[in-house]
Amino acid sequence: MILEAVGVTVRYPGAERPALEEVSCGLAEGELLAVVGPNGGGKSTLVRALLGTVPLAAGEAHVRGRDVRAWRRADLAREVGVLAQQEASPGLLRVTDTVLMGRYARLGPLAPVGEADRAAVRAALERTDTWALRDRRADTLSGGEWQRVRIARALAQEPRALVLDEPTAALDVRHEMELFELVRRLADDGLAALVVTHDLNLAARYADRLLLVAGGRVAAAGPPAQVLERELLGRVFGWPVAVTTWCDGAPQVVPLRPGEAGAA
Amino acid sequence: MTVRRLALLAALAVAALVAGLLAGPVPLSFREVWSGLVDPGAASAAVVRVVRAPRVALAFVAGGSLAVAGAVLQAVVRNPLADPFLLGLSGGAGLGAVLAISLHLPGPLAVPLAAFLGALAAIALVYRIALVAGHRLDPNVLLLAGVVVGAFAGALMSALIAVSAAADLKGAMGWLLGGFGSASWGALGVLLVLACPALAVLWSQARPLDLLALGDEPAQHLGADVARLRVVAYLAASLLTAACVAASGIVGFVGLVVPHALRRLGLPLHRALLPAAFLAGGAFLVACDALARVVVAPLELPVGVLTALVGVPLFALLLRRSLA
Repeated sequence: MILEAVGVTVRYPGAERPALEEVSCGLAEGELLAVVGPNGGGKSTLVRALLGTVPLAAGEAHVRGRDVRAWRRADLAREVGVLAQQEASPGLLRVTDTVLMGRYARLGPLAPVGEADRAAVRAALERTDTWALRDRRADTLSGGEWQRVRIARALAQEPRALVLDEPTAALDVRHEMELFELVRRLADDGLAALVVTHDLNLAARYADRLLLVAGGRVAAAGPPAQVLERELLGRVFGWPVAVTTWCDGAPQVVPLRPGEAGAA
Repeated sequence: MTVRRLALLAALAVAALVAGLLAGPVPLSFREVWSGLVDPGAASAAVVRVVRAPRVALAFVAGGSLAVAGAVLQAVVRNPLADPFLLGLSGGAGLGAVLAISLHLPGPLAVPLAAFLGALAAIALVYRIALVAGHRLDPNVLLLAGVVVGAFAGALMSALIAVSAAADLKGAMGWLLGGFGSASWGALGVLLVLACPALAVLWSQARPLDLLALGDEPAQHLGADVARLRVVAYLAASLLTAACVAASGIVGFVGLVVPHALRRLGLPLHRALLPAAFLAGGAFLVACDALARVVVAPLELPVGVLTALVGVPLFALLLRRSLA
């Protein structure tokens, strides 16, 4: 396991209920895990717990078998690249400089940028199809381009795992598909990837496993066909759904309008 | 490209230093200034070596330090309007200086020392208040604490000024607006001893400061120890500013305008921005000080007046450009 939570409970100060309660889960090498679930269910908190950016009330989070709190941030950044949900635009920076920021964990504050760093930046730009954007200013990119540049920056860290918190939240169909295709390709190349997403149907088609988090607990975990189950989804999301099967065998979720029967 | 811009700024700095040596109530030619510098027996040596050179050097180091402190604090609180004096420092320093003036503390070091101590007290208070809200420095709380402490010290200072004698009042006002009239090699030495370690610390943090612009969480995920970085950078930049205050009083706008202009001119990364800010800030303040000496000669304007007169329109222009 690259990332692992064991019986993790997280309480935010002032909150009545814990944001996460005794959650256990893991991310293995080379797998694409999609974390799904309703708003406020604990998806982002789970990501924070796994990455050690929120204090745990109980349980443990491990990165490659070692307690996440025992890691220096720079060492951790060599293992895991993260796209947080919110990030300020670096504005005036060029794309190359933005991606070069991914080398900080390896360069430290003082070492000069070397051949290996430039090569890693170039490789990351090429893998994410952003090489042509390298001289553009970050604030002139479209939403989809910017997300790909952020993934390039994470790849420049040369990590074993990628964690992406709602990377397609503001993207249109094409950019969303491009992003999932990219993440799938990276996972096929051996990178572990954890993607938090609201798109159940794309999660079902791209992910190896789904983790359904609701009310601070794991409601279900396993292959898409096992997790995307009509009754369970209806209960967890508080809205009736039908589940069909797409021609590639992946289950597809269709939310129902009032009065519609979920016979499909 | 970055190297070329830095070279250009260095040339600009040299030009400002030369202009600073040429400007003053005693008219000196370029040749006289040069012989005064290289030949201790020259007729101009006294003016150049004792009066102008230390003054120009002090203005350069102070201007450069203020610009660096401004650039760093803007990154630390992630607010482009941050200024070395916004975080309560000017209030504390001003209060210390006015206190020393109205109490008629003896000796040439009394006012700078009191200002330095006042600034340190303000830094400590702001830091303490900012930590009350949580176990780590929150940029917004830091800004608020700075403004609040500055206002409090400002109120005390106004009360002191209201009850002090007219002669003291003029002395206090003159000091508050900043100036290099009392520059000496000794003052430069003191400033360098305080500024060099702070500048070295800030330079060493240039790369992580870039990450801070993305937000705390993204910076952390890229490997920066954000909580530690913020404390180190805030304290070093504040100490640097306090040292400048002791050397020259409160010279505003250098720390606000110079980093902004340089970012807009294509130097957003701190590894280039910090040295560029030092060169440009130094040149700007030397030029303002030279102007301050000549525009109403033989009288002298406080240099803080000129940095504001030149800095404010520049800032307005930049703001308009960035909002356009």
